[in-house]
Amino acid sequence: MTMNRRKFLKLTAVTTIATAGGISALELFKDSKLEAQGILPLEVKPLTAKRWAMVVDIRKFTKEDNYKKIIEACHLTHNVPDIGNPKDEIKWIWTDTFEHAFPGQEHKYMPEDFKKMPFLLLCNHCDNPPCVRVCPTKATFKRKDGIVMMDMHRCIGCRFCMAACPFGARSFNWRDPRPFIKELNMKFPTRTKGVVEKCNFCEERLAEGKMPVCVEASKGGLIFGDLEDPNSDVRKVLSSHYTIRRKSELGTGPGVYYII
Amino acid sequence: MLEKALTGSRRYWVWIFFLLAITGIGFIYYLKQFSYGLGITGMGRDVSWGLYIGQFTFLVGVAASGVMVVLPYYLHNYKVFGKITILGEFLAIPAVIMCLLFILVDLGQPMRFMNIFLYPTPNSVLFWDAVVLNVYLLLNILIGWTVLGAEKKGIAPPKWIKPFIYISIIWAPSIHTVTAFIYAGLPGRHFWLTAIMAARFLASAFASGPALLIILAMFIRRFTKFDPGKEAFQTLGKIVTYFMITNVFFFGLEIFTAFYSQIPGHIHPFQYLYAGIEGKGRLVPLMWTSAILAVFSLILLVNPVTRKNERTLSMASAAVFISLWLEKGFGLIVGGFIPNPFEEITEYWPTIPETWITAGVWAIGFLILTILYKVAVSIREEEIA
Repeated sequence: MTMNRRKFLKLTAVTTIATAGGISALELFKDSKLEAQGILPLEVKPLTAKRWAMVVDIRKFTKEDNYKKIIEACHLTHNVPDIGNPKDEIKWIWTDTFEHAFPGQEHKYMPEDFKKMPFLLLCNHCDNPPCVRVCPTKATFKRKDGIVMMDMHRCIGCRFCMAACPFGARSFNWRDPRPFIKELNMKFPTRTKGVVEKCNFCEERLAEGKMPVCVEASKGGLIFGDLEDPNSDVRKVLSSHYTIRRKSELGTGPGVYYII
Repeated sequence: MLEKALTGSRRYWVWIFFLLAITGIGFIYYLKQFSYGLGITGMGRDVSWGLYIGQFTFLVGVAASGVMVVLPYYLHNYKVFGKITILGEFLAIPAVIMCLLFILVDLGQPMRFMNIFLYPTPNSVLFWDAVVLNVYLLLNILIGWTVLGAEKKGIAPPKWIKPFIYISIIWAPSIHTVTAFIYAGLPGRHFWLTAIMAARFLASAFASGPALLIILAMFIRRFTKFDPGKEAFQTLGKIVTYFMITNVFFFGLEIFTAFYSQIPGHIHPFQYLYAGIEGKGRLVPLMWTSAILAVFSLILLVNPVTRKNERTLSMASAAVFISLWLEKGFGLIVGGFIPNPFEEITEYWPTIPETWITAGVWAIGFLILTILYKVAVSIREEEIA
């Protein structure tokens, strides 16, 4: 059954005319202002899951360029500043080599092109996140659907979470980030100096029924879905491919998988 | 009793104004940091804690070490420490205040520091650290002030203070254990992920704290009529000796585990600190200075002749203090971040504003210490007179 605002108003108006025969209701119906208000998004259905997870299909990305659009889309959407020096750098999603992404897994005799291949890195949204465990104010917390989130208004900037994260996924606003935002996205908050931030698996888009922006921009290279739903895309990919996770021996339970 | 701090010699006032000047410069730099952000420091994405947190860690040890004079005096009725105990208790107060200030200047959003108590989080070690440090501060203010107040009136301390003294004896090691747990429970930071971290912290604290107390007490004895007694220095010297040996021994245990197991992640931070990696070794001179001073101090401390000679004892104490300050206040914290989680080397060095802010906090600490010691010493001098 579908009934949007417009239909509802029409129906009410007709009913009012029919019952009372009132002229004012007819005028209301004809009021162009009402028409112009359009349709409110009453029927937006958020995307939900028991445990969100991501699979990075490395075969789809062999060059840095393949990732460029993804990183740009994410950083534009989330007002991530480009400060331009590695010390103060803020990044939600980025690339690095296999050797740096999976320390200890590399060896001398790997194919040369594999050694140079970029790997997409982001917050792992761990099952057992050390950053959440150490935060003294619950500014970082884990949602029921597995997303590890930040409350930028509660963060005191102690950076205990940065010491705790084994994946280097967290960035601190060492200075005011706002002058370094190229294009401001008014739909997403900017941050202030002195707080930590990181990838949020696009929870604001999931709430609007949209997939994460990196997944959209990847055109199939990133698979996103519910890990606890056996019929989800991620589960299908995971059951049919060999995948690895970063530093899984630490027991944090990363939620980002890599098809090698 | 505080009125005793308002009168003093010319030298006393020069010292006070000197400290106020350093505090003032530090405060101006802090205002700069407050408006610009922590980017004004040498810290960055990879080395996200630096000099501030290092000083905090080191000073928790100094604060905890007060127990080294309190325990023998109150639990074993060790009369030799009768006079020096108040100096130990009063050293703990500015040490804890400096700890709290170093945490405060390290916060990105210092105005929100009350969030730690507004949203208490028992799973966070930092929450517990804030709790134990504040309680320890209150305990020492209460005990020190009450005992000294009674002494001023020439009466024995009231009985109700005893339970607080016993609590403070248990509390002292706890503050440093909790501080060690900040580091020792983090996955992926190999340098810190060691079960003997708390033990190392306590050993280095019980060496560096009493070493500082020896220097301070010798200074007081020289410039005032207050004398803690020759015997007190000798006992403190023995305490420093045993804990410095323990500290070096614990360090050796770390070296053995890292280098005999040959696990790269455990070796790398030691390599970086003492030899440098890929030509990057900015901390190497500091770490070797620390190591050489440690050996030098032990030679003077273990040999009974040089330990009993107060001149060489004071040299050994200074060596212990500087050695552990470099090792714990600098290398231990920075070394935990190098290499970073990607096995890359990003170096750290404090900036000028960061150094002045650090000096400013130390100046505040010394200011409080001077005032407290002035009060204690004036009351003692009255007794003598």
